[in-house]
Amino acid sequence: MNLNGGQALMRSLERQGVEIVFGLPGGAILPAYDPLIDSTIRHVLVRHEQGAGHMAQGYAQATGRPGVAIVTSGPGATNIVTPLCDAYMDSVPLVVITGQVPYAAIGTDAFQECDTTGITMSVTKHNFLVSDAQELPQVIHDAFHIATTGRPGPVLVDIPKCIVDPRNPRSALEWYEPDGHDLPGYRPRTEPDPAAVAAAAELICAARRPVIYSGGGILKSRAADALLRFAELVQIPVVTTLMNRGGFPDDHPLCLGMPGMHGNYSAVTSMQRADLLITLGARFDDRVTGKVGAFAPDAKIIHMDIDPAELHKVRHADVAIAADCRAGIEALIVAVDARGGAEAQTDRRQWHETIADWQQRYPLVYEPSEPGEALKPQFVLEQLRDATPDDTVVCAGVGQHQMWASQYWRFNHPYTWINSGGLGTMGYAVPAAIGAKAGRPDRMVWAVDGDGCFQMTAQELVTANTERIPIKVAILNNAYLGMVRQWQEMFYDERYSEVYLSPDLPDYKGWAEAMGCEAMRIENPTEVRPAIEKANEIDDRSVVIDFRIDTQEKVFPMVPAGASNDDIVLDPSQQPPPR
Amino acid sequence: MVAKPHHTLVVLVENKAGVLARVAGLFARRGFNIESLAVAPTDDPRLSRITLSVDAESAPLEQVINQLDKLINVVSIRELAQAESVERELLVVTVGATPETRGQIMDLVRIFDGRVLNVGPDKLMVSMSGGPNRVDDFESLLRPYGIVELQRTGKVALPRLAKAGGEVGEF
Repeated sequence: MNLNGGQALMRSLERQGVEIVFGLPGGAILPAYDPLIDSTIRHVLVRHEQGAGHMAQGYAQATGRPGVAIVTSGPGATNIVTPLCDAYMDSVPLVVITGQVPYAAIGTDAFQECDTTGITMSVTKHNFLVSDAQELPQVIHDAFHIATTGRPGPVLVDIPKCIVDPRNPRSALEWYEPDGHDLPGYRPRTEPDPAAVAAAAELICAARRPVIYSGGGILKSRAADALLRFAELVQIPVVTTLMNRGGFPDDHPLCLGMPGMHGNYSAVTSMQRADLLITLGARFDDRVTGKVGAFAPDAKIIHMDIDPAELHKVRHADVAIAADCRAGIEALIVAVDARGGAEAQTDRRQWHETIADWQQRYPLVYEPSEPGEALKPQFVLEQLRDATPDDTVVCAGVGQHQMWASQYWRFNHPYTWINSGGLGTMGYAVPAAIGAKAGRPDRMVWAVDGDGCFQMTAQELVTANTERIPIKVAILNNAYLGMVRQWQEMFYDERYSEVYLSPDLPDYKGWAEAMGCEAMRIENPTEVRPAIEKANEIDDRSVVIDFRIDTQEKVFPMVPAGASNDDIVLDPSQQPPPR
Repeated sequence: MVAKPHHTLVVLVENKAGVLARVAGLFARRGFNIESLAVAPTDDPRLSRITLSVDAESAPLEQVINQLDKLINVVSIRELAQAESVERELLVVTVGATPETRGQIMDLVRIFDGRVLNVGPDKLMVSMSGGPNRVDDFESLLRPYGIVELQRTGKVALPRLAKAGGEVGEF
């Protein structure tokens, strides 16, 4: 069957099971948008290409399926570089299709030409420049394979216009169903080495103060169930990093919550005092370790990761296991069982008591506001958490609101927390929430956003309302770039340089209404719960609530950048623990 | 010139557009220093062989290999220890040569198994190949005569064969 490249592109995407793509057409990709009309694939027309990328990420993180975005050449491609880098850092499977100028024009500085594959080389798992229409079905097949297997990540396919333009003879191809992959250099490892698993099981059974350090790899490998069974078998407490919130239920007695720079005292300190860290799908990020040389000084390290390059990268592992987390944890369960399972574990009652004591003495706290004072962000999040269904999907931008959301939400289901961890992309929440809602229309989706973040990508609420993908947005409006303000207060002698934003310029309520949303402004604690309940009732359009929060409020605990995790700073109301 | 401690890696890559840029970009991004680099197609037209020397102090070898291995177009990576490999490098140099010094330079070329490629009234162009240390020696012995232009290829290497009767080392 003879097709042109544009038709083959759509057919290839359909063949991958793609149900939705996020994009915005332009000159070079224009011919590919024509066969889209005849396709079963739903297209969501974004207002900015960055939105398309983050929507595809939100979709992928909520569903586990690869997210797909289509944009044009030049500025379309450069606008999606941030989502590519974000997805690369957080291992989110994406396939991004970019238009390119016709093959003959490449290298001539043609209109809307840029070196897309060159620019994105370092922020993609792989990228392709299609040089022949006949390659297209195979390239798309390979792109999805690479994006979704091994350590997932973004793959970009750059397609010159001549290849999708039916008027150009270069676009003609004989359609075929690709079968297999000719990728001799791509062999993702998934099954663990039995000797390493046995060595790990020995360390686990003998450990007196072990902690399971679980990261985003748990969610990527659909290993939340395996993690739960493993933790319960060995009765070892679990910390869940920012990328694995929801990967182990917060309400579980073994759950210690989030470690790291804004982690709670028990999670941070249990890792510091541990004699064994069972690291599963985590990568010793600087925001978790603090000063690496002072991190968990007495701990032996078991490190399981599907990416061998993560093993020994930051911290030497005593036992390194290159494996998919689900396969690896299943193997660990078998190996521990073979040694006697729960019975074979060292007596750790003292360790559990120590941790329970920390939890009781140093919980997350904040000072509630008095009547007439500004809202406390933690209070707003508690109300939001308690007034929404347990399986609500929460998306966050980056900054104070993100940390408060991670701290104060109770995540009891995998894939209910979506945020930008590695890259720290402000403006992530709104488009990611739209993508998540598009993938999970059955779920309630709330974006918790900051006022600074909201201003970066708010225009996508127009997309949400036009496309009938209703999300809800809670802006924690403190009129500042709050996290930067916090650092300036604590580390720069309260010299506030370029962080003030104003609480009501823009008028968030008016702006949201102009974009077709229901909108509210909330300043009084008694109004918080009714406003959330009202928002929860609205399902025919998006809702934005502008919560006016205390400008002075800071995120605690905090480990200052570059400091040891032993130097954790607690809320001012808490006595520092004896050293 | 004292050679810095280095590792020699032989990297087989798919012979596709942009692969060298991916390898070079990875080294730049991760802060690995390349001391020398040689790349050319192999007997299999689908593959190219890159021989590169990495500054051993800039990054742990394991990290370099694991990061390289993540590149989809990298098919295989092998470290060649100096004792277990034969290394060669080609030098082409134009050096000042007066009627008085020409004989001395010719002596050096003979000693080092080099060749004269081109003769001018006051210059000589010569080539020489050998192990990197030998090439270094030749270069420094020519230096007093006045080097006009010089190009080294960067080294290439293959694993050393086993002694007679033993197994032949295979790649």
